Amino acid sequence: MSAVATESRREVAPAPLARRPRRRWTRWLLPSYVVTFILYLSFPIFVIILFSFNQTRGGFGTSPRVKTTWIGFTTEWYGRLFELPDLTAALRHSITIGLVSALAATALGTLLGLALARYRFRGRSGADFVIFLSISSPEIVLGASLASFFVALGVSRGLGTLFLSHTMFSIAFVTVTVRARAAGLDRSLEAAAMDLGANPVTTFFKVTLPLLYPGILAGFLLAFALSMDDFVISQFTQGPATMFPTWVFGATKVGIPPHVFAFATIIFLTGATVAMVHALTQLRRT
Amino acid sequence: MERSVQPDLPRVAAPERRPKRSRAPYGLAAPALLWLLILFVIPMLAMASLSLQTGNSLEGFRQTFRFANFGDALSQNGEFLVRSLRNAAVVTCISLLLAYPVAYWIAFYGGRFKSVFLFLLLLPFFISFVIRTVAWSFILSDNGIVFGTLKNFGLLPESYRVLGTTFAVVAGITYNLLPFTILPLYVSLEQIDQRLVEAAKDLYASRTRAFLKVVLPLSLPGVFAAVLLTSIPAIGDYINASVLGGPGTAMIGNVIQSEFLRDRNYPEAAALAFLLMAIMLVGAVLYARVLGTERITEA
Repeated sequence: MSAVATESRREVAPAPLARRPRRRWTRWLLPSYVVTFILYLSFPIFVIILFSFNQTRGGFGTSPRVKTTWIGFTTEWYGRLFELPDLTAALRHSITIGLVSALAATALGTLLGLALARYRFRGRSGADFVIFLSISSPEIVLGASLASFFVALGVSRGLGTLFLSHTMFSIAFVTVTVRARAAGLDRSLEAAAMDLGANPVTTFFKVTLPLLYPGILAGFLLAFALSMDDFVISQFTQGPATMFPTWVFGATKVGIPPHVFAFATIIFLTGATVAMVHALTQLRRT
Repeated sequence: MERSVQPDLPRVAAPERRPKRSRAPYGLAAPALLWLLILFVIPMLAMASLSLQTGNSLEGFRQTFRFANFGDALSQNGEFLVRSLRNAAVVTCISLLLAYPVAYWIAFYGGRFKSVFLFLLLLPFFISFVIRTVAWSFILSDNGIVFGTLKNFGLLPESYRVLGTTFAVVAGITYNLLPFTILPLYVSLEQIDQRLVEAAKDLYASRTRAFLKVVLPLSLPGVFAAVLLTSIPAIGDYINASVLGGPGTAMIGNVIQSEFLRDRNYPEAAALAFLLMAIMLVGAVLYARVLGTERITEA
């Protein structure tokens, strides 16, 4: 196979000249389709940002709802961002659960990822299988099983069960991310540290952990994003506490307050900026 | 990196550093595995147990190992299950057709902007998908920015509507899952050695033939992964059906959700969720099978 490939590379040079005239306009077909596709994917984002600046003429006094048509420009909703206590509480829950569960999942998943990347031990394939299952199970099955469990135990659902559940579904994603990073690590660096007299604990904190750091950070960010975005598992495990997405879903029945779109715009811009800065610093480092 | 220092060091200690009976992996793996055991494995068993119980939410449920619960759940909700499977099949086909050219172009012609394109494709993830679905309900609403405008110009009849139809539900699920279709396709297309395509062309294959005989077969693992990653969430979805759908568009997820959280008919909901899990497992096993035979035919 490789013989064919090298052969072709030698002969390929004159060919494009003969081929080019045939596809003059069709060569723009695919690129413009890709651009259209990307615009389609981000179209709802434009709409959300646009409608966060929309007026809501004729609202119900203190509880305005976003209109589906354009009425007029206003920045009012950004000034009244924290005016709905339920929405603010839901957002606070989402951020708290997101951070705490991501931290817990990162701690647990990092250790498991390291164990899976480094060691062959009894139960390893079982662990692999559980991780595969927890990633590929439909969310509604995870939600229903967790709710069954809490119902069977008679545990009342709330922030505690949300934390336990969010940490559970994030662990597998952190594990996979950290394992990928750990598999590519040069173990001789740790061997060198040990040769220079470092004990295993010092080696772990001074050598292994810094080397794993990009994978751990990526795992943490992924876990946080998954938790913030989660709707299905939250709905099954939240009880009376509401999260940002479940509150918004509940509000669709009566109409969405424009504050939701304002919050979504702020979250989007923050997330996109953080990701961009992260990507740029990664580029500079390499 | 600093590996250039290494060759001078004596290679004595290396083999002994990996003690075979180390207890370290158990210590590292135990906390996470314990968490997954208590909050993933045991809940699945709790759900399995619940699916065989009888009773009602007022008097409580008792374990009676009533396997007929599955038959009952199926016969009462066959319509919803069929609709879910059909919607998922349509969504998967459309997603593949829409996503393949994009993944292909970025993988083959993206050049140094590959990561920029991937970033743009993942941009929607920074807004919760519930809110994005709500945004679609705005876009598709009867007098919204698209159809309202078209109706104002008389291009569409006043009675025309999309919101509340199966079309809106399928479009919504497709939109939400497209990134999950693109990524595995992109990963497998990106790995293809472009010289193979050149070789095919040198051997007088037309562009179409080179694509059909070289690129497409080599990207099949990605296609199967994309099918799995798109169809499984599509079958279980209920947000799109409740936000964009109307009467008569409810899917199996809507039934599970309302049986569990509203009607508290836990056994039926658990039985349906268990069936979904079984469908997922069949899909995963098929995936492994097909990929396996694929590798055999390649060799």
